Amino acid sequence: MTIKGKAYIAGIFEHPTRHAPDKSTAQLHAEVAKGAIEDAGLSKDDVDGYFCAGDAPGGAWPMVDYLGLNTKKLRHVDSTETGGCSYIIHLGHAAEAIAAGKCSIALITLAGKPRTGAMPPRASGAEADFELAYGATTHNAYGMCAMRHMHDYGTTSEQLAWIKVAASHHAQYNPHAMLKDVVTVEDVLNSPMISDPLHRMDCCVVSDGGGALIVTTPEIAKSLKKPLVRLIGHGEAMKGPRGGKDLDLTYSAGIWSGPRAFEEAGITPEDIKYASIYDSFTITVLMQLEDLGFCKKGEGGKFVADGNLISGVGKLPFNTDGGGLCSNHPVNRGGMTKILEAVRQLRGEAHPKVQVQNCDLAIAHGTGGLLGVRHAASTAILERV
Amino acid sequence: MSEAKKYPAPVTNPETAAFWDAAKEGKFMIKRCTACGEAHYFPRAICPFCYSDKTVWEESSGEATIYTWSLMRKSPTGPYAIGYVTLKEGPSLQTNFVDCDLETLKIGQKVKVVFKPTDGAPLPFFTPV
Repeated sequence: MTIKGKAYIAGIFEHPTRHAPDKSTAQLHAEVAKGAIEDAGLSKDDVDGYFCAGDAPGGAWPMVDYLGLNTKKLRHVDSTETGGCSYIIHLGHAAEAIAAGKCSIALITLAGKPRTGAMPPRASGAEADFELAYGATTHNAYGMCAMRHMHDYGTTSEQLAWIKVAASHHAQYNPHAMLKDVVTVEDVLNSPMISDPLHRMDCCVVSDGGGALIVTTPEIAKSLKKPLVRLIGHGEAMKGPRGGKDLDLTYSAGIWSGPRAFEEAGITPEDIKYASIYDSFTITVLMQLEDLGFCKKGEGGKFVADGNLISGVGKLPFNTDGGGLCSNHPVNRGGMTKILEAVRQLRGEAHPKVQVQNCDLAIAHGTGGLLGVRHAASTAILERV
Repeated sequence: MSEAKKYPAPVTNPETAAFWDAAKEGKFMIKRCTACGEAHYFPRAICPFCYSDKTVWEESSGEATIYTWSLMRKSPTGPYAIGYVTLKEGPSLQTNFVDCDLETLKIGQKVKVVFKPTDGAPLPFFTPV
């Protein structure tokens, strides 16, 4: 059994807003749902599968009701919550459901407003009494990974900075990007230290907004007018300290989700023309590139340096929308926007200055939770048909 | 700074109450599985490695080395350093470093456990030896 080629992404929409104090969170979900359904050339009454995560107010059933989905038709619902990579996992689960005949037109939505107001704290697990008091945040949890990666492999702040530099080169062409200025390695190193060894410019933006996808069958996708983009490989995985045995913060669950996706797709990292890699922090990108096999473990610093991630310059164009480091990071969850830019690249709809030529194979990869504590990872490999 | 910081009291539950009772006496406890011999942290009733329920409490030496750390430069309660330490007995755990110059922490540095009060049971932290 495989989901290879069984599901197509027929509709995408990214909310142009980066600050939405005048809108409700549910409204943003509705606006992105409408956008993706219209992009596909479908109607909301066609939707028979709905996927959402912890950002959807009240969860799946209030959202299905609020969105006015056709409940006589809706026959598959999934509210898997794995933080920022939830939507990449949803994409895989939608393909599974479509392959099994459980739905034929799936809608996946993400939206929220962390820039307008603080998000509610995430629920904690059995570890609460033994960890919450120590104040793990995104900044210091990823800082701990970067610190150990530098110790074990000699990775430098200059190398991490190149990731931000590449993102900024792309963001200058995105009219919606929050940070459009091209920056240098020196700019990153001179930005204030937030949580050692991560500087402010190693960190992503905080933005309101959202995005949505329509995933459907090959037959329906071919009946619509959009360029054909299909899922050919998918993987998901989780990692945590596991009782404190053999702690190693220099790799992520991507070390398992990546090979699963590549194996299903029947391709290797060398075949990938464009990569959307979750960039909550620069270190997130560096570790994911290693874990996915774009370079050996420990060689991520060398791989990202000297513009290797800049479209038209380097070997592996990444996050050509500017990514979370420069464009947006709706709801502090980067998985959705990673899929959206990968689909634009495969459709040939990226900005001409960053569009990868003959882009027929792309990867969208993300993590959720805290890389330095407990997290999930998901990898999707997409192909233009 | 760290002395003045107010830490939340552990909620505790039947599975972990013995840990917090021992903490009140200044003892830092880990769990060890008598079936597979592995120690783990935080404490569970069922061994996370072999799923045996033959886990027993063991007092840790409280001696550890810093696996990694990160100094949060600003927060509503001031700067603080989070990290992981690896206990002499094996398990690694998340903590904060206290009672020291936070700028001089180093991976591999030797540290020891120290308890800080809350409104309930005290919490374990680590400080350089």
